[in-house]
Amino acid sequence: MKKYKTYFSFFRIRFNMGLQYRVAAVSGAATQLLWGLMECLVFMAFQKSAPEAYPMAVSATVSYVWLREAFFSAFTTWNADQDIFDSIVNGGIAYELCRPVSIYHMWFAKTTASRAAGAGLRCVPLLAVACVLPQPFRLSLPASPTHFILFIITLFLGLGVTVAFCMFTYILAFFTISPQGLRMLLTSMIDFLSGAIIPLPFMPDGVRGIVELLPFAGMFNVPLLIYSGELAGAAMYRSIGMQCFWLVTLVILGRVLCKAAERKIVVQGG
Amino acid sequence: MITMEHVCKSYRVAKRNAGMREACKALFRRETEVIQALSDVSFTIQDGEMVGYIGPNGAGKSSTIKILSGILTPESGSCLVDGRIPWKNRTEHVRQIGVVFGQRSQLWWDVPVIDSFELLKDIYAIPSYEYQNNMEELTELLHLQELLKMPTRQLSLGQRMRCEIAASLLHSPKILFLDEPTIGLDAVSKLAVREFVMRLNQEHKTTVILTTHDMQDIEALTKRIILIGRGRVLMDGTLEDMRRLAAEHGQAAEASDQNGESLERIVAGLYQKLDIL
Repeated sequence: MKKYKTYFSFFRIRFNMGLQYRVAAVSGAATQLLWGLMECLVFMAFQKSAPEAYPMAVSATVSYVWLREAFFSAFTTWNADQDIFDSIVNGGIAYELCRPVSIYHMWFAKTTASRAAGAGLRCVPLLAVACVLPQPFRLSLPASPTHFILFIITLFLGLGVTVAFCMFTYILAFFTISPQGLRMLLTSMIDFLSGAIIPLPFMPDGVRGIVELLPFAGMFNVPLLIYSGELAGAAMYRSIGMQCFWLVTLVILGRVLCKAAERKIVVQGG
Repeated sequence: MITMEHVCKSYRVAKRNAGMREACKALFRRETEVIQALSDVSFTIQDGEMVGYIGPNGAGKSSTIKILSGILTPESGSCLVDGRIPWKNRTEHVRQIGVVFGQRSQLWWDVPVIDSFELLKDIYAIPSYEYQNNMEELTELLHLQELLKMPTRQLSLGQRMRCEIAASLLHSPKILFLDEPTIGLDAVSKLAVREFVMRLNQEHKTTVILTTHDMQDIEALTKRIILIGRGRVLMDGTLEDMRRLAAEHGQAAEASDQNGESLERIVAGLYQKLDIL
């Protein structure tokens, strides 16, 4: 139990730190508001031009867009913790290795905290505005209380999957010295596969079937579709199962890889 | 007790000449060179000793500290710190030691210093009374009272270094590694740090291993000096032994002069004569 207290302390200090960046949050929220509005217009134009091919209810798409904007900082993979990359690249990690803590758990706690703080700051104003916008731009209520509860649960599971995945990018930095290239490649790919750019139902059926099996589908896609009831019944429970499966798998793999990295680590700089 | 026996460590370093053509060539074939950072380093340090570890840049000082603190694994040789092999079971080992890397920071940049301290309290699971005692003592000796509430980013280097040292001692470690703790500090801060380290060693019997380029640090603090160059231990003795070694190498001039300036000259001459630069 004591062990978890330590990691919770890491969470707390990083969370508090994240809450300091208020101006960044306000300007971020403003940008995202405009971006969200624009995207709603685009999806509505899609729907108008080919209503029979449109895979979701329009109100569900609008909810999807707003929730994505609100929780963007929690899920987007390119929002990785720069401090951690810096510490690997310039050797600041020397101090972290001098602590009686597991590097993996510590980074997991820190990353979760910075994401939670970022999203926590932004989601309040964004959701508040999205709830009072005129129709058809307004954020609808969740499909049902059950859906809402499952939305909250899958939101946290999704955050877990995202962080567990980010851990791989950190660990890879041990092996490549400069992590920039790999990060660019991974993040742009994942933006697409996680439903950050378009909701996954917009993908062709065959592709969609495969993409939904990948861990990335659990990031944006699952919680946001559950909210509006687009994902329901057996398919919903299967998706939640996939999220849990990937969370456990990624954490186990990440820990193994992290142990290997620690063993052959070279702390950069004198 | 700290023992190091026949420790070797080498790094693989990518090398290329300057220029566009060379850079393009390196895209396909990278030439690497193996640099021997430590070759056959051995020494023993007893509990409560204060040892100065000196040598020119690139001599292997930091590598030694990293091995002793468990964050670097040597290729061969053995190393025991109070009966523990540092890099095996790192977390158990680091609980018992304190480290200050003069060129890095362990404090959280954007939050007040006290927040970093509180986090360390949780990391090391320091009992409250012990934390209180240590905080009081460190605050008084290092004059931290005013600094604790300030964010790290707004501290001057000297102020920050005092906080860094305090941070490394909150969990009352038996062994303290100081890697260039006085680098870039003004005279007042240097004196404060020296005085503090001296007291720590005398009152708490903390074993201190200090690397530095400032010979006044060495003169003020340590009775024993280990001189390292090109990854080898070249001398292990007192300041007098070092003066004698310098004299043997024709550096007799000013050897009787006791001030740090001349000591600097002796060391510089010694580095040159021993060809370890």
